[in-house]
Amino acid sequence: MDIIVCVKHVPDTAEAEIKIDTSGKDIEKRGLVFDINEWDDYAVEEAVRIKEKLGGTVTVVTVGPEDADSTLRKCLARGADKAIRITDPKIYGSDAYVIAKMLYSVIKNMHFDLILAGAQTSDDGSAVVGPVLAELLGIPHATLVKKIEFRDGKAVVKRELEGGFEEVLEVDLPALFTIQTGINEPRYVSIMAIRRAMQREIKVMTLMDIGLDEKEVGEAGSWLRIESLFIPPAEKKVEFISGRPDEIASKIIEILERRGLV
Amino acid sequence: MAVILVLAEHRQGQLRDITFEMLTKAHELSGRVGAEVVSVVLGKDIKNIASVLAEYSNRVLLVEDARLEHFNSDLYQAGLSRIIREQRPLLTIIGHTSYGIELAPRLAAALNIPLATDCIDLAFENGSLKVTRQMYGGKVNVKAVLHKSETYMVTVRQGSFTAQKPSPPLSGKIEELSLPPEGIALKKRFIEYVPPPPGGVDITSANIIVAVGRGIKDKNNIPVVEELAKSLGGVLACTRPVVDKGWLPSDRQVGISGRTVKPKLYIALGISGAFQHILGMKNSEIIISVNKDPKAPIFGFSDYGVVDDLFKIIPALKSKIDEIKAKKT
Repeated sequence: MDIIVCVKHVPDTAEAEIKIDTSGKDIEKRGLVFDINEWDDYAVEEAVRIKEKLGGTVTVVTVGPEDADSTLRKCLARGADKAIRITDPKIYGSDAYVIAKMLYSVIKNMHFDLILAGAQTSDDGSAVVGPVLAELLGIPHATLVKKIEFRDGKAVVKRELEGGFEEVLEVDLPALFTIQTGINEPRYVSIMAIRRAMQREIKVMTLMDIGLDEKEVGEAGSWLRIESLFIPPAEKKVEFISGRPDEIASKIIEILERRGLV
Repeated sequence: MAVILVLAEHRQGQLRDITFEMLTKAHELSGRVGAEVVSVVLGKDIKNIASVLAEYSNRVLLVEDARLEHFNSDLYQAGLSRIIREQRPLLTIIGHTSYGIELAPRLAAALNIPLATDCIDLAFENGSLKVTRQMYGGKVNVKAVLHKSETYMVTVRQGSFTAQKPSPPLSGKIEELSLPPEGIALKKRFIEYVPPPPGGVDITSANIIVAVGRGIKDKNNIPVVEELAKSLGGVLACTRPVVDKGWLPSDRQVGISGRTVKPKLYIALGISGAFQHILGMKNSEIIISVNKDPKAPIFGFSDYGVVDDLFKIIPALKSKIDEIKAKKT
């Protein structure tokens, strides 16, 4: 089974403090550690597991600057066979719709049985790229997938709904699935494996290579243009408790005692 | 008259809360741009749902078809494409839910309609649609404008708008429409629902919950927190990443895809506060959060906050509680 996985190189902000940069339209990226988008990490692992079971190839594709090569190398180290990076100075300001169009321009010329992508990214979290790419390619899709099996040449997938519910769908191949976190346990990639991947080729393509006009990318080709960023207003006025750990603990106990909770 | 179209979401015979939240926002917008609020509902044997919607809408478009017994985004796309082409709505609003995520991006791409997803606010300014959404797990809000168009589409986040019933109730006319009869070659088919596995612990009935997030760092750190929860007479719960890593079972997960809880006390340890989690716990009576990032979104939903290393606070708290217990016995 030939599988294409769409990945993104993103700043890891789960536990980092975020600042808005001087343009007011982006966050300050200096000082942040970049890595593969968490959802994509599960997607790559799933693709490699399917390949190990059924044979075939795994190709990872990304849109991004040269720094994104480190994410592609991580995927190669994990077991991907080929890596492609689409880049161009003109793509600045592109939204998820444009990313989907760029991925389509490359993938439409490739052979595949299955495309996997993260259900969303940790940066803009729009959950748009996968389903739009499926529409452009004219193949069926399912989002928020937590399990993939193959039966009689078709895929049987479990989608996550709300409140702990799931639904099972049968989908014809080729298909595109967006992967929800927790579908598997991504394997540890050794430093040795990443070092070996440093020697592997990454195919770099520009707008001209993929045949897209500059009017179709950047802000001009996007659905959405960012005007400004701001820190979310608080819903509650929090009272901060400070001091040494034992002092903090005493103050918390006081609060609980006042309310009869201890 | 301009139309604001709201896609009603329902599952197993029940309208979902997001439907009423979207309708409330649609009425607010319609007052400003002089539009009527039109609900569209697709399904099988759903006349009763349509009559509920009529009380909230100026018109209801009802599409009944045996093929619509269960949600299938391909069939919804076929039905809605026709409706959007005919009604030419100024705006189509869909929930940013497991159904909306499956449906909206593909529908928007097929019809070439600018789309903004997961919006927490919407406004028309000089004919442009401006939205507020979040980035970086809720740490930043973004104001963005959609590419100028005659028709827009958005998906909105659950819990972003407070549902209100129009007073007096409306009595929108119900118009019956049909799905395109043929030519929808289904490439995906619904097989079945899978309910959550019956869990050993019911966190929804607990008075006190101690919850852990990514900040707990390692599976081996879970038992200390469980001890703390027990000595407080409460139960241990967690965020999605903790379940994804296999450190706790899914019946402990608080949030949209897990359980919604409303205990008397919720202690959040090492939880940054992604909205998926917040929506599952924000109505707790008292929320105390410990996080080392002073800007963690969780603090915006907390009564009390501690900016410190949770591995220092947990043992300190545990020993104080044990002291009190020792005195009492």
